[in-house]
Formats: sequence, C-alpha cells, structure tokens
Amino acid sequence: VTSHAYVGRSVPRIDGLDKITGAARFVDDLEFGPDLLHAEVVASPHAHARILAIDTYQAEHVPGVVKVVTGKDFQRPFGLYMQDRHVFAQDRVRFVGEQVAAVIARTHRAAVRAARLVEVAYEPLPAVLDVAAALCDDAVRLHPDLGDYPHVPWFFPRAGTNIAHWRKLRKGDVEAGFAAADVVLEDTYTVPRYAHAALEPHAVVARMDHAGRLTVWSASQSPYTQRNLFAEALDLPHQQIRVVTPYVGGGFGGKAGVTMEILGAALATTVRGHPVKVHWSREQEFTNTYQRQGLVASLEVGARRDGTITALRHVLHWDAGAYVEYGANVVNAAGISATGPYRIANVHLDSVCCYTNLPPGGPYRGFGYSEFTFGLESHLDRLARQLGMDPVELRRRNAIAEGDELPYGARMNPSGLMEAIDRAAAAIDWGTEEPAPAPNVRVGKGFATFWKAPAMPPNAGSAAFLKFNEDASINITVSGMEIGQGYLTAMAQIAAEVLGVPPEKIRVETPDTDRNAYEWQTVASHVTWGCGNAVLAAAEQARTSILDTVHRVHGFAVTDLFLEDEHIRCRTDPAFAVPLRDLVIGGLEDPTDGTFKGGPVVGAGSFMPEFASTRSDPETGQGGKPNVHYTVGAAGIVLEVDVETGKVHVRKVALAVDAGKAINPAAVEGQITGGILQGLATVLYEDLRFDDAGRMLNPTFTDYKIPTALDVPDEVIPLIVEVPQPDGPFGARGIGEHTMIPAAPLVANAIEDAVGIRITAMPITAERLFLALEEEAEEPTTAS
Amino acid sequence: VRHAITLRVNGETWPLEVEAADLLLEVLRERVGVKSPKPGCERGDCGSCTVLLDGRSVRSCLILAVEADGQEVVTVEGLADDGLTALQQRMLELSAFQCGYCAPGIILAATELLAGNPRPSRHDVQHAIAGNLCRCTGYQPIVDAVLAAAAERAPAPDRGGVR
Repeated sequence: VTSHAYVGRSVPRIDGLDKITGAARFVDDLEFGPDLLHAEVVASPHAHARILAIDTYQAEHVPGVVKVVTGKDFQRPFGLYMQDRHVFAQDRVRFVGEQVAAVIARTHRAAVRAARLVEVAYEPLPAVLDVAAALCDDAVRLHPDLGDYPHVPWFFPRAGTNIAHWRKLRKGDVEAGFAAADVVLEDTYTVPRYAHAALEPHAVVARMDHAGRLTVWSASQSPYTQRNLFAEALDLPHQQIRVVTPYVGGGFGGKAGVTMEILGAALATTVRGHPVKVHWSREQEFTNTYQRQGLVASLEVGARRDGTITALRHVLHWDAGAYVEYGANVVNAAGISATGPYRIANVHLDSVCCYTNLPPGGPYRGFGYSEFTFGLESHLDRLARQLGMDPVELRRRNAIAEGDELPYGARMNPSGLMEAIDRAAAAIDWGTEEPAPAPNVRVGKGFATFWKAPAMPPNAGSAAFLKFNEDASINITVSGMEIGQGYLTAMAQIAAEVLGVPPEKIRVETPDTDRNAYEWQTVASHVTWGCGNAVLAAAEQARTSILDTVHRVHGFAVTDLFLEDEHIRCRTDPAFAVPLRDLVIGGLEDPTDGTFKGGPVVGAGSFMPEFASTRSDPETGQGGKPNVHYTVGAAGIVLEVDVETGKVHVRKVALAVDAGKAINPAAVEGQITGGILQGLATVLYEDLRFDDAGRMLNPTFTDYKIPTALDVPDEVIPLIVEVPQPDGPFGARGIGEHTMIPAAPLVANAIEDAVGIRITAMPITAERLFLALEEEAEEPTTAS
Repeated sequence: VRHAITLRVNGETWPLEVEAADLLLEVLRERVGVKSPKPGCERGDCGSCTVLLDGRSVRSCLILAVEADGQEVVTVEGLADDGLTALQQRMLELSAFQCGYCAPGIILAATELLAGNPRPSRHDVQHAIAGNLCRCTGYQPIVDAVLAAAAERAPAPDRGGVR
C-alpha cells in the first residue's frame, strides 16, 4: 500500500472559511451597480394550449418598464441532447409555468406588476398528464415536429408519437430464461416526480456590453455547457460569451444543463449595456426548472431454486415532461443499466421517454437509477421470499463481479460489491431480530444494493490549469463546480499529493469560462474521476518542469528527485533540499555563472476517456462502451413502524459505497450522510402533486416537505469500500449520486419485514402506510 | 411614503429611508450590503435569511424593515470582532457544511441556542435548528459541531450575537 501525505486524509474543506463567515458569494450576492435591470416572466396558466396573440401594450406603459420580450424575438431552438425547446414558448405552451414572455424593468416590483398585465390569448388543447395518456393511439402530439429535431446519435425518437426516445436492450433469450426459472414474479412499481429543492433558487445576471460581448453570471453546475448552448440559441461565437459561476447553493442536478439561465442571456441581448437579473422565486423553482421524472416500471424476474436469476424483463415508462433535451438521457442511462449490479444472462429492457404536459424532466442525483432501483430492489426482496431464501443471500448469489458481461456486452470494472454487501449487512446485524420498544411498534430490517455509471457523452472531457505563486502556494483553475460535495478540496488534495504542497496552500477557483480550463459539466459523479485526472496531469506537468530545472542546474538525475513538504529533495543526497519558493517563480540560480534557469512554473492537464463509445445496435443495445465504469454499493436499514399512525422512524441506516480511493474520507462520509437522507425523504416525505389540469399543488416548502434536523435517522453508518478504479486519480471513482439510490427500496423492504405489507408506489408516507394497514386489518390478504 | 429608520447592523449605525413594504432581508442585502442572509423561500419556511434581532433569531423575510427600527441586527459577518467564534471554529474543523447556503442562518440559530442553553442535548440542537433547512448534509455534521462547541466552551459564554 502506498502511503500518501494528503490523499486519503480528511483535511478540512478549503472553502469552509468562506462558508462559515458569510464571505461566500452566490450569484444573487453580486453587485452590478445602478444600471441593473430586473426581469420577470409571464407564465402559462395552461398545461397545453395554442398561443393566439400576445398584447404587451399595458405592460409596456407601467412606470419603470424598459421592454417586453416575447417568443418572436428568439426563434432558434436549443437543447443539450435534443433541440426541442426555445427561450420562450413559440406557437404553443406545453406546461403550466412555461415562459411566454418577459418584462424587463428598473425594479423587480415594476417587472412583476407589468408581467401581470401582459395579455395572452390561448386556445386550450387537451393535456397529456401521465404516461398512459401519452401513449394512447389518439393522444394529442405535444411535438408534431419531433421527427425534425436534431439529437445525439444514441437517441431514437418516434416521429408522429409522444415517444421522444426508446432505448431497447436485448441480451440472451429471456423467454428461455423464464422457462428455466422455478419462480417468476411480475409486478408494476410507480415513482412520482420530485424536486431537487436546493436552498439557493436559480439566479442569473447577464450583460451584453456595447462591444457585443455577453457575460453571464449564473448559479450553475455547467458553465461551459451553458456557454455552448447560449452560443447555439443566440447565434453568438463562443469567444464572445463568458460564463462566470460563483459558489452554488446546492445543485443535485437541478442546476446542470440550461434551464432559466437562457432567459438572462437572451434578455441581455435586447438591452445592451445593462445587466439583467432573473431570480426565480421558490414557486418558480418548483414549477419551471428540471424535475425528477416520474416512472411506471413493469418488472418480471425469474429465478431458479438456488437463487440464480435466469431472466429479467424491465419496461420503464418515463413521464419526461414537456421538453426532454436533458431528460431523455436519464431515460437512456436507465435503459442500459436497469438490471442493477447483477450478472443476468437473459435481459429485456425497454426505457421509453414520454412527452407529457408537465414541467420538463431532467437530471436529479441518481439520474434514473434511484427511480428504477425502487422497483428492482423491492422485487428482488419479494423474489427471495418466494424462494424461501435470505434476501441478502439472493443478492450475493447474483452479484456482478469484475470481468462479468454487462447488459450491453462490455465487461464490468473492478468492484467491491461483495465487500459492500457484507459490511452493510453486518452493520445492521442482518439476520437478528430486534425487540420492539412499545406494543404499537413493529421493527423491520431492509437491504438493497445499487450501482450507477456516469451518463455522459463518450467524449466528455475535463481540463485543468495550475500555477505557482511566489510563496509556493498554488492556484488551480478548473471548471467543475463546487456544489457542496467538496470537489475543490479533492482537487487541492490531488495536486498537493503530486507537488508536496499542503492543500491549505492551494486555491481552486470557481469557474470563469474566459480563464478556467474546460469542463463538460459537474454531473454524473464524474468530476473527482475525470477532472481529478486532469488536475493530476497538470500537477505532474508542473512537477516535471520543476525537477527538470533542478536537474539542469544541479545535475541530479530526474528519477532521483522528489517533492515533499514544499521542498525538492534527492534520494541520492539526503542533505540536498531546495525550498519550492526559491524556484517556482524566479527559477534556480546556476552557481557556475549566476544565470537563472527555469521560470514561473505552470501546468496544464487534460483528460477524456478514449475508450468510450455509444455505437450500438438500436434494436438490442449490444455493442460499444457507453459507460466508463460503474460505482457499486449496498445499504441496510433498521426502522420502526407505528401501526397506529403509519409513521416510520429510522433507527439506523448503513451505506457502503466503493469509492475506489476516498480522496477525502470525511467528504465521502458527508455525501453518504446527506445523500441517504435525501433518498429517505423521497420515500417517506416528498412528492410533487398536480391537479387534473396539470397545475402543481405543492410548490412551497410548506407543502413539499423536505427533512428538517428533527427528521433524521437516529444513526447513519457510512462505510467506505476501496477497490481501486485503475484509470482513476489514485484509484478514485465518484460516489456523490449513489448515496441516495438505495433509500426507497430499503424502506419498502423493511416495512414489509416489519408489518407484512408490500407497497409498490412511492412515496410511502405515514398516510399511505396507515391506509394500507387499515385495509390489511379489514381484509387480510393471502397474496405474498 | 418613505419612513426614516435607524438600524444597528453588526455594530454600525445605519440611518435609512425605506418604504413601508420593504423587508428587512431586502434592506440588509440591497441597502446595507450585508449579503449573508439569503433569500430561499420568501415565506419563512427555510430559515436561510435568519438574522439575530436584539439577540433573537428571526426570519428577515418575514420582518418589515420599519419593524426593526432602532434594533440591533447581527449577521454572521458581525458575530466576532476578530476571527471566529468557538462555534464557527468547530464548524470549520468538522466541515459542517457542504454548499454553505444555509450556513449563515444555521450558525445564528445555533448561536442563539448556546447563548441560552450552554449544555444542550442532541435533541435540543436538532430542535433549535429545525427551522433552518439544509439539503446537503443530513444535518449530522452540523449538530455534531454545535455539540462540540458546547462541550468545550470556556466559562465565559459567547455573547450570543448580542453586543
């Protein structure tokens, strides 16, 4: 085992001081001076309607109003993976809350007042509010031009339908697999929509200066992707756009890609010289950003008596909303991985992206895996029961291992899945019964495994610039985003390890596309891996130049030189030590003639996986290597059910995840503690509700309940497994999203263990469980 | 109609003219330039805009600026004259926050707790910050930091934000 000075240690966050002193600046905290303008949007009250006319006259005459902008001013389509949306609705609106126009005014109050006076004449159309309605033969088509939309080559839209993408995967012979099974279990599981509910609402300020240059300050996980899409939507050259992203107050996928930020960028082009701010209210945050997509999942799994899974059929119908330019890739990701981390010879997956007249679906921590894992891991528990087998044993029996064939034909990466299963099971004393604390309480245990791969284009890249300062401190500029996960600190630790400089002397700057190196996006739990590799390369380049300078001046072989404690040292001459600060800016003096060698030390690094490919057979999904690797894990829970109220109390939850190498173990534990609670919230407390006209019923924190400090498990046990990822920095792979994936089936499985009731629809609120308990008491079911 | 008011903000005196409808949150952020109280929900649900008003934590999005006339406002910028409070120090060491958007509000709520209850239980801490939402951390490291600060407090109590 190699010992490291800085990697693998729980050093304090390098952004910690900013955040506890109030020094951290978020977009809305930035000052723009007296010429700042404010914009408010005019939102559609209809889920689906044709726009007949827009009358802006009254709004334009409100004092303080500068301009009213509508869809006719911006007609170019844009989108991340499919160009299916516009800055403003064009001929029709497709969800309640969609922006139809915007008012720009000198004050926010004037903009709000005037926005209410914009008169839009609509002709309502039938609204498609769920996947069943979307798939009806006579369903109204949300996007009649679907067949003409440009999209990435791995999408398969069905023109003339509401199916924006259909990912098929066929492996082996499922019919033969089911025929060979001793038990076959079928059921359907439903998952509603969810909100990210980051505490910072989306915000953007943009200014096009009088020279025509557009600068956008946005609360974003994706500065470079935003720049790219702004260029596409506004027809501007890339070097004329600068995107600056200060600290972001939580993302969870909700600030990936482009949502409302396009409004700031577009509006700025209409009021040259003026910065324009768009700041979402909490209600807009709920109604007009990405939401986690709803899912109806039909599962059929067959197994032999010994527990071997012989076949799996998993049909996923996604309620993807009005625009799927990002969400269709969630559908795709699930459609090639909805087997879970199991070795299954015969697989049939259909993952179908359905347009609906609800807010656009998009990325949310877990990226489709949280959604399908609810059904899959619930189902495997029930299958184990039918087989008379221990559910954990069933998972061990089928657990995928390094080298096994993945659903799409490539091979599984090194993985600590078995260790994760063993440790999570041990942490909750799996197999032992725990006493109930009161007569009205039942105690249950649940178990689930999980896996997830980064879902990225095959050529998603990361880059890093590094420079030394006079005192041997370092600035690193990257364009991954610190969204709370501890990314800046992890990058500092990687550079620290290579250069022998402590992390607290390394600043890692938040993105500015004029200055910082490229990053595709901070999504997919890939930046520790991808950008970490870029930082590693930049640091190694800087180290090489330092050692070369010492070699040229002092003659030591480069292979004998090393960096440690801010010094250059030599293995063959223990007395030799040059402080880095004596070299990194002014170079090293040649003792023979007084000249200096070297110069300011910099490094640049770049990383892109060169082995990924999305080329596969559209009918079978076989071929290519769409995923760079999977991160795996397992989790166990102990909970109490109050049978008089249906209320669930989580005593203990243990989650083991294979980080490959934890660059900062405390940060990994922080992801586990936070992620598991976010996951538990999706099953115990939260869901987005809509009425039969597509209006959201609970767009506030009063009615969309995210957990408070009183709603946490008694105990969270984070377990870090480290089976190195060969192509990761120091063996690391990402774990951020994974920590919320197993939560829902954990709870469902433990509830069945506690009270014998299987619930197949999320969320399992106290109300739903109470009603199920009542029903059970009235007519005890004999079904399993 | 504009109203002349005086706020004391982190020890400085601010004579201001405000409209009756101006929220304390807006005035602090846009007129005084103190940015740590954050807008998060505009209806008192999230606690991101928490400030101490005469030593008591309030949601500055639910208080009109005119209501705060003559009172003492403390935000995290003004908690310590120099350096960090013991609580902030533990928050730093334990990396209590992730994105940090909720941090100013939670630090103030916890400061108020410790001023009135030097030896809180875990439940006391959870209860004290239950009006401040955090979406990142699962709360555990925050609660741990508050308990750590309480456990090691010197006999002289923090000022609890009261100058």
